[in-house]
Amino acid sequence: MEANKIIPDPAQVREELIHKYPAKVAKKRSKSIVINDPETIPEVQANVRTVPGIITQRGCCYAGCKGVVLGPTRDIVNIVHGPIGCSFYAWLTRRNQTKPETLMDANYIPYCFSTDMQEENIVFGGEKKLKIAIQEAYDLFHPKSIAIFSTCPVGLIGDDVHAAAREMKEKFGDCNVFGFSCEGYRGVSQSAGHHIANNGVFKHMVGRDNTPSEGKFKLNLLGEYNIGGDAFEIERIFEKVGITLVASFSGNSTVGAIENSHTADLNVILCHRSINYMGDMMETKYGIPWMKINFVGAESTAKSLRKIGEYFGDEELKARIEAVIAEEAPKVKAVINEIMPRTKGKTAMLFVGGSRAHHYQDLFTELGMTTVAAGYEFAHRDDYEGRDVLPGIKVDADSKNIEELKIVADPEFYNPRKTEAELEALKEKGLEINGYEGMMKQMTKKSLVVDDLSHYESEKLIEIYKPDIFCAGIKEKYVVQKMGIPLKQLHSYDYGGPYTGFEGAINFYKDIDRMVNNPVWKLIKAPWETAGNGKGAGLAASYVTQ
Amino acid sequence: MLLRHTSKEVKVREGLTINPAKTCQPIGAMYAALGIHGCLPHSHGSQGCCSYHRSTLTRHYKEPVMAATSSFTEGASVFGGQANLLAAIDTIFAVYEPDIIAVHSTCLSETIGDDLQQMTKKAKDDGKIPEGKYVIYASTPSFIGSHVTGYANMVTGMATQFAESTGVKKSQFNIIAGWMEPSDMREIKRLAKVMGINIVLFPDTSDVLDAPQTGKHVFYPKGGTTVDELKSSGDSIASLALGSVSAEPAAIALEKKCKVPFETLDIPIGLSATDRFIMAISKVAGVTVPEEVTADRGRLVDIMCDMEQYLHGKKVALFGDPDQLLPLTEFLLDLSMKPVHIVSGTPGQRFEKQMRQLLDERSPETNFKSGLQADMFLLHQWMKNEPVDLLIGNTYGKYMARDEDIPFIRFGFPILDRIGHSYFPNIGYGGSLRLLEKILNAIMDRQDRDALEEKFELVM
Ligand code: SF4
Ligand code: SF4
Repeated sequence: MEANKIIPDPAQVREELIHKYPAKVAKKRSKSIVINDPETIPEVQANVRTVPGIITQRGCCYAGCKGVVLGPTRDIVNIVHGPIGCSFYAWLTRRNQTKPETLMDANYIPYCFSTDMQEENIVFGGEKKLKIAIQEAYDLFHPKSIAIFSTCPVGLIGDDVHAAAREMKEKFGDCNVFGFSCEGYRGVSQSAGHHIANNGVFKHMVGRDNTPSEGKFKLNLLGEYNIGGDAFEIERIFEKVGITLVASFSGNSTVGAIENSHTADLNVILCHRSINYMGDMMETKYGIPWMKINFVGAESTAKSLRKIGEYFGDEELKARIEAVIAEEAPKVKAVINEIMPRTKGKTAMLFVGGSRAHHYQDLFTELGMTTVAAGYEFAHRDDYEGRDVLPGIKVDADSKNIEELKIVADPEFYNPRKTEAELEALKEKGLEINGYEGMMKQMTKKSLVVDDLSHYESEKLIEIYKPDIFCAGIKEKYVVQKMGIPLKQLHSYDYGGPYTGFEGAINFYKDIDRMVNNPVWKLIKAPWETAGNGKGAGLAASYVTQ
Repeated sequence: MLLRHTSKEVKVREGLTINPAKTCQPIGAMYAALGIHGCLPHSHGSQGCCSYHRSTLTRHYKEPVMAATSSFTEGASVFGGQANLLAAIDTIFAVYEPDIIAVHSTCLSETIGDDLQQMTKKAKDDGKIPEGKYVIYASTPSFIGSHVTGYANMVTGMATQFAESTGVKKSQFNIIAGWMEPSDMREIKRLAKVMGINIVLFPDTSDVLDAPQTGKHVFYPKGGTTVDELKSSGDSIASLALGSVSAEPAAIALEKKCKVPFETLDIPIGLSATDRFIMAISKVAGVTVPEEVTADRGRLVDIMCDMEQYLHGKKVALFGDPDQLLPLTEFLLDLSMKPVHIVSGTPGQRFEKQMRQLLDERSPETNFKSGLQADMFLLHQWMKNEPVDLLIGNTYGKYMARDEDIPFIRFGFPILDRIGHSYFPNIGYGGSLRLLEKILNAIMDRQDRDALEEKFELVM
């Protein structure tokens, strides 16, 4: 085991990270690199444009809309309107697993649909081709829903995907067709796409089926995408404690469940960044409160379950939750006890996504590891500093064109699940409703927080801190590993997982142990490189017969 | 069933592509640009494209793939991307210090009409390109062609923007690599050496996308065609372009610019295509084929003779890119196999004609479609109507292979779930032998798996 490392002075590190940049770039980047103080959280510049030429982790609006939010629902035919690439790259690359109930149930996730726009469509417009494509998809598959996603050229040439969708929806009568203006250039990252997706799902799906859902404790799970089977583990736990999952947004989900989701009594949010809009809108329209929870980490899972129990305020449910925790915890503990001596005192860095860089710190803490630096790829200030800063965030030119839906209480279906007094009482008990305190509150003093980390900065950070493990995505994976440091992908989990819940925590501990203690990291140098190549003193041979 | 909605009944589609057997131009341009030493590819458009292209190449190679982006926002999309590109060039030279930036366009910048030639010229005029450094470009609109077209466009850009003719010929030949793996490019260089000729190979991704683990990340690995080599390509005696879609356009450009004559060949996959490649070198350079090469050939033919019983008449479905499909189909025919279904999403009259000709002569019943709606959905439907013994194609084929329970060989781009393609060549006699071994293993493993107990063979 390595001794606790000496953590470098973060103020100096910050200087090192920016000194090579041209002056203007340095000035801009410096505002996104801050030294944490959980007591008085400093302001982080986030959700702003990436400087052109910087090698960034970020993707585009379309990726956030189609790839993240809509992609995991298995029975929608998602047609990407644009040239072929955008659809091709988002085809099965995100690992949102799904499990249709029967062999006959619809599942379009293994398919890739595109209008494959050609030059004449760019010049003369692509709406006609789009409508033909929608018709063909309908004739071939008769799906419940068809969603259309606009890629960059579409907005520029003025194709009206919404009009096309409306027309086809009317024509079919039994298929819900709707569009998304999620052109890649909107906003500054995937984040704009999340917002646009939330709006569309809310407008076109939520509330279409008013059949009262069954069950005593009914909730929706928001911002969980079933990467590596995460949702399966959460579903297992819910079932054990007797919680009914009405709809998941959107891991392992179906159109039907989402259409019925307004009949649940609570929304729990895992990834705040990608789905908080949905929580707010459902609260306003239907009176369903939302609560930030976290099922990443065994202790966080237990804590989150207890929060849910407290929310429903049912003693039986609470008792069952305690029983399940008591049953699961020893298995987790046994693995931790075995692994901890090998991971304790090691350091980690997490630069990924819009919530994972926060949540996965819990798992590292459980392993006795310290997070020395962290940051998001496409989050906003509230994900760093907490939602209290929301009123102070200025809407800039890049965000102002993203529609904010005007939501009012539904005259028929608005039904506040908790009275003001009840909400107040829950707050007294420490239950934060419709709130999120962000990542930095949980990070240690003097740890480093960097938003939209660039490639250059990541290499510098690794040089300076020499962390034992670095967490990011596929584009960073082999760069960091070439530096002799294992990289854990937290988008795809390196094709492992699940990492949620109790089983997931065990998987993660084992994976991290395997990675940081793998013998291969000590085999990188060839023996002759360390021995002084060619400087040997001849063969040290001796004869067996001697 | 993974692809449970794919039915047997084939209906003509005109608007919808399902499970494409192609992707978009810029990824090809990015891949090609990585084959220049000290070069940073740059994607002129919004961040998404660059992120997707880097991710896909990274998954295929399990190697760092560096590239920058102009990070368009809505403003740039409306007012043009010149300011973004100029800013990017500044940042890149200051921070990442490449020798060359190779800019390619995207759908977005093409749709708004950004002119890369004018913009890179402006960068030069404004003094944004440091002494001894270069910015080259290729226009790569994805609403035309496919990833292969993008590769060809960037390789053409290398020829037109670097090649010079000094008037004094050098005793060297250009080999313009069609889209092939670093392992294949390494093999081309080895073969040229064995044949005793000097070559300039471009692009050359060996020692770039198969870099060794050293504990250090080398931003610009040691491989890649150098600027000096590219410049000197204008003085070469002749060019051999390997692949009519991915390599020939560069050869044509080089002939136009520097009067270097060329001959277009297939990528040397399989026996016949390798024969033509070796003959062409021998002819153009006036060298005798060394014994070593003849022996390599002999080993390949030897196995073809010895194992023909396992190959004859076996039906194969394949999908991929023109320059690979053509020689691969020919190889399968040489092996006495039956390529019954072939699709390629990459359009092209020339390819269409060449493939038709080959099939008309040797396998007229084969289903073949290329271009629009020539996708894996169609291929799968064909396979349901006429089942096959083997499927060959990129990783996406594994869904069809699993559903239909068919042996599957990964070949082409992208391969996201196995290693090997970047390390072991598929070209030349040796590479073809490896390909043949894979084919035999797939078929014979299946025979072993399915054999009745009393029919299970020890010796095969
Ligand atoms: S917008 Fe064009 S260049 Fe970008 S990924 Fe899509 S098809 Fe490719
Ligand atoms: S940035 Fe635009 S073109 Fe590129 S992948 Fe995203 S939607 Fe497609």
